[in-house]
Formats: sequence, structure tokens, C-alpha cells
Amino acid sequence: MATVALSPAPQIVARRVEPAPRGIMSWITTTDHKRIGILYLVTSFAFFILGGTEALMIRLQLGEANNTLVSPEVYNQLFTMHGTTMVFLFIVPMLAGFGNYFVPLMIGSRDMAFPRLNALSYWLFLAGGIVLYSSVFWSPPEAGWISTVPLAESTYLPSGGVDAWIYLVHLTGLSSLLGSINFYVTVAKMRAPGLSWSRLPLFVWSILAYSLLLIIAIPVIAGAVTMLLLDRHFGTHFFSTANGGSVLLWQNLFWFFGHPEVYILILPAFGIISEVLPVFARKPIFGYKAIAASTIMISFLGLLVWVHHMFTTPTPLVVLIFAMISSFLIAVPTGIKIFNWIGTLWQGSIEFRTPLMFATGMVGLFTIGGLSGIFLAMIPVDWQLSDTYFVVAHIHFVFVGGSTMGIFAGIYYWFPKITGRMLSERLGKWSFWFMFVGILVTFMIQHSLGLDGMPRRVYEYANVGNLQLYNQISTVGSWILAFGVLLTIINVWRSLHHGTVAGPDPWKANTLEWFTTSPPPINNFDEIPRVRSLEPMKDIRREIERRSREGSGARERTPAEIKVRA
Amino acid sequence: MLRRRRTLGALASVALLGLLLAPDAFASALTPEKGGSPAANHIWSLYLITLIIAAVIFVGVEGALIYCLVRFRARKGREAKQVHGSARLEIGWTVGAALVLVALATVTFLDLRDIRDPTNSGPNGLNLSGSEYVTTGSLKPPNGRALTIDVIGMQYIWQYVYTNYSPSPDGLGTPYSYYQMVVPTNTTVILHVRSKDVVHEWWIPKLGAKVQAVPGYTSNTWFKISKPGNYPGQCSFLCGRGHTRMIAEVTAVPPAQFQRWLVLQELYLHKADLQAQACRQELSAHQGAQSVEFVKSC
Repeated sequence: MATVALSPAPQIVARRVEPAPRGIMSWITTTDHKRIGILYLVTSFAFFILGGTEALMIRLQLGEANNTLVSPEVYNQLFTMHGTTMVFLFIVPMLAGFGNYFVPLMIGSRDMAFPRLNALSYWLFLAGGIVLYSSVFWSPPEAGWISTVPLAESTYLPSGGVDAWIYLVHLTGLSSLLGSINFYVTVAKMRAPGLSWSRLPLFVWSILAYSLLLIIAIPVIAGAVTMLLLDRHFGTHFFSTANGGSVLLWQNLFWFFGHPEVYILILPAFGIISEVLPVFARKPIFGYKAIAASTIMISFLGLLVWVHHMFTTPTPLVVLIFAMISSFLIAVPTGIKIFNWIGTLWQGSIEFRTPLMFATGMVGLFTIGGLSGIFLAMIPVDWQLSDTYFVVAHIHFVFVGGSTMGIFAGIYYWFPKITGRMLSERLGKWSFWFMFVGILVTFMIQHSLGLDGMPRRVYEYANVGNLQLYNQISTVGSWILAFGVLLTIINVWRSLHHGTVAGPDPWKANTLEWFTTSPPPINNFDEIPRVRSLEPMKDIRREIERRSREGSGARERTPAEIKVRA
Repeated sequence: MLRRRRTLGALASVALLGLLLAPDAFASALTPEKGGSPAANHIWSLYLITLIIAAVIFVGVEGALIYCLVRFRARKGREAKQVHGSARLEIGWTVGAALVLVALATVTFLDLRDIRDPTNSGPNGLNLSGSEYVTTGSLKPPNGRALTIDVIGMQYIWQYVYTNYSPSPDGLGTPYSYYQMVVPTNTTVILHVRSKDVVHEWWIPKLGAKVQAVPGYTSNTWFKISKPGNYPGQCSFLCGRGHTRMIAEVTAVPPAQFQRWLVLQELYLHKADLQAQACRQELSAHQGAQSVEFVKSC
């Protein structure tokens, strides 16, 4: 009978309850990793909406051949702002937000290693976003998110837009650099007793890889944009050919950052998937060590492949071949991940909750992005496909089908922990289906656009062949996708106040963040549990069940105490 | 289980067959353009091999994923099998993935030279026996003879300089044209692609390999067209607000017609030079008068 009386849900005992600080000042001055995490998540989602709006305007302009909805100037500004926003102001900080909130909780720590530095990271990121978007009132940058030189030099674009872009890279870069050092030290030094490296949750592994890549890549781009700034305003000639500078120097420096950046954007999304799948398949993750090792392998190889963005430049063939081989190599650890995820679902007992749907949707869509990447890694094929809509399709399957679907899986999975309330499953599933179909319709046809000869970054096209038809399909898809996102926004808005109360562990999950209340108290854990396996919450639930079967006695003890004594 | 596997296999083979037998319109949605030059055709076949391999992997992975989601969804009484991994399986698919990539890399290497290196001109092409056709630069056909054209990108137009026909060592008076490049059929044409200002990119889809025009560098590419006709293309690297309008066209004509065009072009350029000369003289004769009138008289 005791099993009926005692819920197996873990709980904690609060000995002293401090009222949570309230008001706007408490948010501005906070050094609590959870609040900073929320600030990150909310701010970057706001930028996601801005970047998404720009994308919709791009798609509207291309919805018809020879359209004149926006001028060439505005069009160039739109895609520059869209790309810059999604990379620097949405995906990177969104993942930093999840990392901030959940890394300390998952490793059983009470905060990040450097709480004030953490707050500084957030405010630097916000400053970067404000600097970029202030330029909207004067002249936004229009040299692409890659700020290609010499177009971005003051000779060709004298207005301040490119400078705003440079300061954005500096501010968000510094933010990421500080944040990454913080993540690294936190994971290295503040793990719960018993939480060895081989028991580290896979999301934490991915944040670790994300941090290492940022620490290596950010200084390079910071140096490169400083050189660009000096070129623009102080008369240096790093990138101006006429005076002995080199355009390819910029391309090398930018892509040395730019390609690791792709893995910075996708690895933590992989981490989220690796957390969500085993929980809803009710199975341990398949091949934990292989997934963790492949994360590190991808980060290492990701540093060697940047020249595959430069296959059409006058670079010696031997260098191109090196980039091709290393790009091929990266497909191996990426494949390992996908196979292991399928292995995790195999013979499981899969519960179709929204986080699982987004996670499996991500696996399916990212596979398309991964496969199209193989085409682009082959030097001669890339000669035909580079800088066309085929590449646009590829990166969007990786960033929207991969990173964004992963982020949405994270939103649905962790919302109950952050707010204490569940998101509506019904709205969530509708949102998933609209986004999933929207992504396929929008981006699948863009492969064909590229194959039919449409270059990227063009504001109009002639009505020849199927170009208009394909573009119209893509534009319709973009609105389906946008509607799916809107449903999630409505869902979040409504569930904040009307959602079902979640309780500490609504999913019966595996990792330590579910050990504490939802939302967690300011100190996270009154007692930090000892970790004995990869899935500490499973051990704790099992122990509670065992004790409650044994009869009374267990009732007075908290799960934490049980765990500590066990 | 076996039945399902058979269905999957059947689906995969139908998809493959569809790819191979697809009508032209459908095929253009799945493959890059070809038919202009050997390089484009080689790239097309390399792409097709990759597409078939990718399609097999795609069907396998997505099939396995969907199979799992349907077959192993939670039902009453189902217990998830608590396994942590399988070294044999994991080593298996790692090696499998690596082998596929080794195969793709091998095919690429086999094709790379054919795509990059020019072949000799055909017998029906332009007569390249003159000393002016000896190619300089790194890219050359086996017999070292080709028609060489300097492609110069600038905001927002392409200029083509026919360097083989330079009348003087300083290059003055060399025939050139804008936007439309006229070339003889069955003749190896080597392009030296440069830029005067920002980065541009030379791309004619039917002729294959695109190359960036990077200021301060020279990129090389080549083509050999067998069928007379127009081959449109455009700049494919963001070069500013006029990027979209920076279009190009290669027109292939029989060698005899090409030579006529060349003579005519030289004539036009010479005539324009003379006109400019006359204008200059008139200008210096009337120094100080209202400039508007001179424009009219020129």
C-alpha cells in the first residue's frame, strides 16, 4: 500500500525559504545562472522573430519573377541582417541560454563558476544585438553575413552598417568567449560527487565542445574584423589588393572562424537530441561513449575544413584536396551520431510527446542537410553548386532542420523545469507538424533552384524554366513554417499562466536537473546527490521505489538523503 | 518484418529507377546543368553517382527512423529493451560510413583531372597552328594550344579581352567585348578570370566549373563547346547592389563565323577609337567654349 501513498517523484526538503527577488532591478542585477539563462533565451528568441521576419520579406520579394517589392539595396540589407541575426543573435545565444540554465543543474552545481562574468556575458550579447539593430535607423550592413571584402571596405560601402556589423562581432564574440571559459571551468571544477567525465550528460559534453570551439575560433574572427575596422578607418591595407593586401586573407580568416561556427551552432542541438531521445524511448542512450567521442572528433575536424568554403578561389589544388578529405572525415562521426540515435529508438517504448517529435524531426531533417553537405565537399561538384541556392538549402537544413528543431525540442523538454508548467501538447504537436512540413516545402525545392542555375543573394530572377514555380513553392513553405513558430509562441504565452503544473520530474527523465523543484530554488539543490551512473534520476527513482516497497521508514527521508546514504 | 524489409527495398529500387529514367524536366530538378562542355558533363555524372549513393543512404536512414517510430511506439505491456550499445554494430557502421566516403573520394579523384585539365581542340575547331595560340599560364591542354580570353569582372559587367589577337606587345588595340563572349565551337577556350574591384564569380551553368574573380589573383577555367548556341550565366558571388544584374552570355559559333565576328569587332573598336580621336581634337580646338555643344557634335 505504501507504493500508492508515496509518489515515486523525487522531492527535496527546503529548510529555509528565501523569497525570490522581484522586479526589473532584480533581473538587471542578477547573477543567478537560471535568471541569466532565461534572459538569454527570451532575448535570443526575440531576435529569432526579427530574423524570421526578415526571412519572410526575402521570400516575399522572391515570390514572383522580376518582383519590385524591395529595392536591391534593401534586399542586400535584408539577407545580411537575416544571416547575421540568426547566427550571432539567435542560435549561439539561444544555446548559451540552455547551457546557462541547465549545465549547472545537470552537473549538480549551485551556479556557474563565475556568476558575475556570466552576467557580463549576457549584457555584452545584448549590447551587440542593440548595436547591430541600431543600424536599421541609419544604414544596415549589406555585404552579407560573411562581410565579404573588398565589398565591405570603405571604398565600396562607406556607410556605418559594416561598422555596426564589426562591433556586433566584437561584442557577441567577447560575450561568447567569456561564457565559454565560464562553461569550461564550471564543468571541469563543479561537478557533483561521483559525476566523473564518463558520466557527464551528453548535453554537457556538447556545451563543452561548443565552448572549446568558441575559445579557438573567436580570437581569429576578432582579429580579422579588427583588421577590417583598421582598413576602413585608419588607412591600413590588410585586405585591399592595390596596396599589397590580400582578399583571400580575409576569406581564410573568416572561414577559419566560420566553419567551426557551424559546429558551434549544431553540436549543442545534437546534445539536446541525445538527452531527449533516451527519455522518451525509455531506453538508455545507445553508445554513450561513441556519441561523446564523436562530439569531440567533430570539433577537432571542424577546425580543419574551412577551405571547403573556398573551392572556387585561386587556391592550390593540394590545399583544396586536404579540405575535401577532412570534410569527408567529418561525415563519419556525424553518421555515428545519427546511427546511435536510431539505435536508441530501436526496441524502445517510444512516447510521442512533443519534445520527442521535435527531436526525431531534427534527426530526419538534419540527415538531409548532412547528405547535401557531401555533394558540396566534393571539389568538382562544388564548382557547379557553390554560391547557388543548393548551398542555401544545405545550410538551412542544418540550421533550421538541425539547430532550430533541436532548440524547439529543448524548449518543449525544459519549459516545465524553467516555469513549473507544462506546454500544451496539442498546440505543440500542431506547431511541430507545421514547422516540419514548412521546412521541407521551403528548403527542399531550393536544391532544385540551385541546380537550375539560380545563384544566392540575388534580389530578382527572370521567369525562365521553373524558377518562378520553385520560388513560389519555397515562399508558401516559409509561411507554413512561420505559422508553426507562431503556434509555439502562443503556446508558451498561454502555458505560462494556464499550463498544467509540472512537478519536479514530469517526463521521468534521467539527469539531475529533474531532481530539484520546477522552477528550481535559487540555490538549485539543498543537498547535492551523489551520482553513481549515467542516469542518476533512474537510480534515485529505483531507490525510492525499493524503499517504499520495504515499508515505512522511507517516508521521513528525502530522496536526497536516501541517495547520500545509499 | 521480412515483408516490411521487402517493401522498403522495393520502394528504394523504384525511387532509383525513377531517378535514372526520369523525364528531362524532372531530371533538371535533381541534377545540375550540362551539355555545354566536357567539364560540365563530367561534373554531372559525378553528381549523379553521389546522388544515387546519397539516395540509398537517405532511404536507409529515414526508413529506419520511421520504422522505429512506428514499430516501437509505446503500447500497453511493451518494455523498452535496456541496452547500452553494441560495440560490434557501432564499429560496423563506422567502418561502413568510412568505406562509402573512401569510394566517393576515389571517384572524385578519378574525375578531378578530367574536369580541371583542358583537352586539345577538336579537328573542326579554330585553326590554332599560329604562334599566338601558345598558351601561357598554369592551365593548358596537352598540345599547349588554346584560345585564351581574359575575363575581367567589374561592378557590374564582364569584359572579355581576346589576348591572342593583341597587335602590339603592350596590349593596345586588343579586341574585346562586354557581356557577350563569342567563341568558336570545338575549340579549347581557356579563361583567365580577374577582377578590377570587388570579388565576382564567373559561372555559366552549362559550361561547368565556376571560379571566383578575386582582385589581385588570376583564376583559370576552361571549356570546349561542341554545339553552337547561347549559354547564359551570371555573377554568383555577392558584389554589391547590382550583383543580380551582372549577367553574362557565351555564344558559340562555327570557327569561320567567329573569325568574321572578330574582324568586325576589331573594325568597330577601331572606328570608335577614330571617333574618340576626332572628338579630342575638336575639344582641344574649342577649349573654353560651352561643353554641351561638343557633346552634340561628337
